[in-house]
Amino acid sequence: MSISPQTERRIIYLVLFLAVLLPLLFPIGWRTESSPHVRMAHKLVEQSPAGSVAIVSFDYDPASMTELQPMAVAMIDHAWSKGHKVIATALWPQGPQLADQAFRALSEKYPEKQYGVDYVNLGYKVGGMVTIQAMGRSLVEVYPTDTGGTALNQIPMLAKVNTLRDIAYISSLSSGDPGIKQWVMAAHDMYNVPVTGGTTAISAPGFIPYINSQNQLIGLLGGLKAAAEYEGLIGMENGSATAKMDSQSVAHLLILIFIAIGNYKVWRNKRIKRTQDLKEEI
Amino acid sequence: MAEFMTVLGLYIGAFFTFCIFSFLYKDNPFCKLAEQIFVGLSAAYWVIYIIYNTLLPNLFTKLFTDFSGNLILLIPGALGVMMLMRLHPKTQWISRYPIALVIGTSAGISMLRYMKSDLLQQMTATMINPVVQGDIIATVGNFILIVGTICGIYFFYFSKKQEGVYAVPSKIGIYFLMISFGASFGYTVMARISLLIGRLEFLLKDWLHLIN
Repeated sequence: MSISPQTERRIIYLVLFLAVLLPLLFPIGWRTESSPHVRMAHKLVEQSPAGSVAIVSFDYDPASMTELQPMAVAMIDHAWSKGHKVIATALWPQGPQLADQAFRALSEKYPEKQYGVDYVNLGYKVGGMVTIQAMGRSLVEVYPTDTGGTALNQIPMLAKVNTLRDIAYISSLSSGDPGIKQWVMAAHDMYNVPVTGGTTAISAPGFIPYINSQNQLIGLLGGLKAAAEYEGLIGMENGSATAKMDSQSVAHLLILIFIAIGNYKVWRNKRIKRTQDLKEEI
Repeated sequence: MAEFMTVLGLYIGAFFTFCIFSFLYKDNPFCKLAEQIFVGLSAAYWVIYIIYNTLLPNLFTKLFTDFSGNLILLIPGALGVMMLMRLHPKTQWISRYPIALVIGTSAGISMLRYMKSDLLQQMTATMINPVVQGDIIATVGNFILIVGTICGIYFFYFSKKQEGVYAVPSKIGIYFLMISFGASFGYTVMARISLLIGRLEFLLKDWLHLIN
């Protein structure tokens, strides 16, 4: 019995759909080991002293939320657990709303954290790299107020923060341009501020060369798996990314099987054709 | 009322998710409808967003509140108006000046930064002592980094015909490139599956409340 390529494709979609759906309904609980790049990012946050002020930049929109929002929540959780103060910025217009959502997600775990004292949302600024360069000269010139309209000099946690040089580390969660690349180019390469962060899996390979001996980028969280790894490192057992890793793993296993079947089919067809050619020659 | 709107929003979201998924069976009017609505909504959203988050706070509000103190803003304002001249065929040529300015300044700013971050820093990162005492894995990794970089760049050297001994580094470079393409493909698969997980999570958690 032969199946048409179109039907074959539909079967693949259906099986893949089920492979993702079933582990969400019936979790398996596979563990995720952390990779060196994730450990580097974790170490940067871990080793910054209490009271440090960090920037978490929300450089993405809801389309990339599945991968990047768990990273944001985990990194803010980690920063708060170490007593850091978090400034949320955004190079993408919908970033500030996602920042609010991340702070809200942690408000139950950290009821003592106060807006303006432990965290602040400065909102979106157009301009990408130029904006970051300007932040290196004066933060208040770029962000005269926060998203609620409060003047920066009225916000207690920013009393000693004048430029990017007063920031302990920057974590950019980025799904494109402008994003983590601009933070590396301007914040690290111009002002020597340590930069870490996370990207969608699709763009992660392009940023790995920045993790080098020059420390242009200190670690990188690439995709949902890295988010789950980070959650594991900070002991967030019921993290949003960890819960999705079973589906991810089963789907990857299935794709590997599909690739093996595809290769076998190509090899078999080639062999059949070769046998036919030989018979014709004889 | 607010709760009703939230529930309605969830049902609309679920409906459009299924509309897009239906493309996997075959192209159909539901999928087309979802695509067209998405394009239209995105365009409208961006127009409103730019007006309220870029034009008003950065230009109009400042000019209305303190005109004499923000005279300099008339220059970008005028350039913006010149850009809009593009909409009319007879005045289209005027838009070339702001475009030229944007391209010129962007190229100037980017050239310096890219030169430092993507060329000089990357080259410096490769110029390392490959031998790390007591760490054989790091040493091997450093040698792979150096050989991979040199051979990868050599593959794109076209001034001499790559044959005989000159073809060897080029061949090694191809293998490194193939491995990097493979890694990119793996990451792409992961990203696509993550998107599907995101949609299914929406359906099962937010819409149907089947999972926590």
